[in-house]
Amino acid sequence: MELDTHHTSWQPTASLEMIRSRAQLLARIRDYFERTGVLEVETPACSSYATTDPAIESFQLTYTGPGFPTPHPLYLHTSPEFPMKRLLAAGSGAIYQICKVFRNGELGRQHNPEFTLLEWYRPGFNHHQLMEDVAALINSVLPETREIEYLSYLEIFNQHLSINPHQATQTELQQCAKQHGIADAERLNLPTKDAWLDLLLTHRIESQLGRNRLSFVYDYPASQASLAKIRPGSPPLAERFELYMEGMELANGFHELTQANEQQQRFNQDLKQRENQGQAIVPMDKNLLAAINSGLPDCAGVALGIDRLLMQITQATDIDQTLSFPTSSA
Amino acid sequence: MANYSTSEFKGGLKFMLDGDPCSIIENEFVKPGKGQAFNRVKIRNLKNGRVIERTFKSGESVEAADVVESNYQYLYNDGEFWHFMDPDTYEQVSADATAVGESTKWLKEQDICTVTLWDGTPIIVEVPNFVILTVTDTDPGLKGDTSGGGGKPATLETGAVVRVPLFIQIGEALKVDTRTGEYVSRAGK
Repeated sequence: MELDTHHTSWQPTASLEMIRSRAQLLARIRDYFERTGVLEVETPACSSYATTDPAIESFQLTYTGPGFPTPHPLYLHTSPEFPMKRLLAAGSGAIYQICKVFRNGELGRQHNPEFTLLEWYRPGFNHHQLMEDVAALINSVLPETREIEYLSYLEIFNQHLSINPHQATQTELQQCAKQHGIADAERLNLPTKDAWLDLLLTHRIESQLGRNRLSFVYDYPASQASLAKIRPGSPPLAERFELYMEGMELANGFHELTQANEQQQRFNQDLKQRENQGQAIVPMDKNLLAAINSGLPDCAGVALGIDRLLMQITQATDIDQTLSFPTSSA
Repeated sequence: MANYSTSEFKGGLKFMLDGDPCSIIENEFVKPGKGQAFNRVKIRNLKNGRVIERTFKSGESVEAADVVESNYQYLYNDGEFWHFMDPDTYEQVSADATAVGESTKWLKEQDICTVTLWDGTPIIVEVPNFVILTVTDTDPGLKGDTSGGGGKPATLETGAVVRVPLFIQIGEALKVDTRTGEYVSRAGK
């Protein structure tokens, strides 16, 4: 029989040197957490519940067999956040996990639908303390340590676009995009004010962040709180942060929301938005709500893209260079 | 015509933008971890050749452009239009000066060109990277001077003027790089 290998590229897209760099990076990360007293854990990649975040799409699977008399829908996790919070509520203390996560519809120079996430939680930390922890970890794995910069979401918009992202209306943001040469600003039909902020951030600000340094952006609009605490004030601000290196988003962290009622409200809001935008309606994680309700300790948590960090360390320009087999050839 | 969604975007895809056919040069998927996804694309307008940057919301769709590229043989110029023939079907098309553009300098009758047609009308005529053309006029220069330093202008049968080494004479066939407009070598007869 003839082998059917036509048009097959079986070779890895990562060099052997890259594969060794990845192993070394993972070892250094584990070493950092060992030294700082954070416990490595594992949680399921498949769950009966999914993230409700309208910006993140889960892959859906079906389990058939013992335990479930009818085919049972399961979702591949998009981050290990929910079960890790259940561990925190059960008294685990500081924990971290390195795992593969899965996001549908994301593929590009900086995206692969399956990627490696490092997620960790520090009880007793707020988002500022966690940013320092993130910086210490990153500087312990980089070939050369970098200067650290902390900028509020307000500051970056002010600095680069002279606009107040909290006060500006959707029309003003559209106007600002036009003024700053985004040709499609007039034509684009974006669903929310946050989508306009995302347009400005990705097209006119991001590339300037993290140049020869680690840039943390913190205190996001309350509408982008996701699972972060909202600090009351005028305007109220989400205690959330992102880390940028050389214009690339590397990590997203929260001073975690610990109110079950508010969490459920946010899930419901997400689902309403999903419905309005014609997206899949997914079951919200009731186990998480129960765990938060029983008492999630005050903590901060962060998710960091390992493949992108590896891109930074090795100066790779495409995520495929860091993956042995990207989805396109998996 | 059919529509393309942003998921189908890739280099070379042809679609309609603001009434003009255009081609994707580069497509980048841009998405904040917890935010709106965009496709940032570099596009060439096929009618005027201009390169622009545009942004689409991921999931949007665009109208496909009926653009095909194929090989045609150049026949003649009637003063207004350049006429080409499909060597397989003998079907003829005529291109205007905008479509022919700079290629007119290198177009020799019977040469095969790549013609881009939009809705059946030529919008781009591309000549091969290398063409062979005969020198119709150049200074006799100094026979035996092979230093090559400086060179001299030579007019070719299509009217194009290129710089050639001093030893090149009228009537010689030359290989010319049409992308740079530079002399490459003598073309052995």
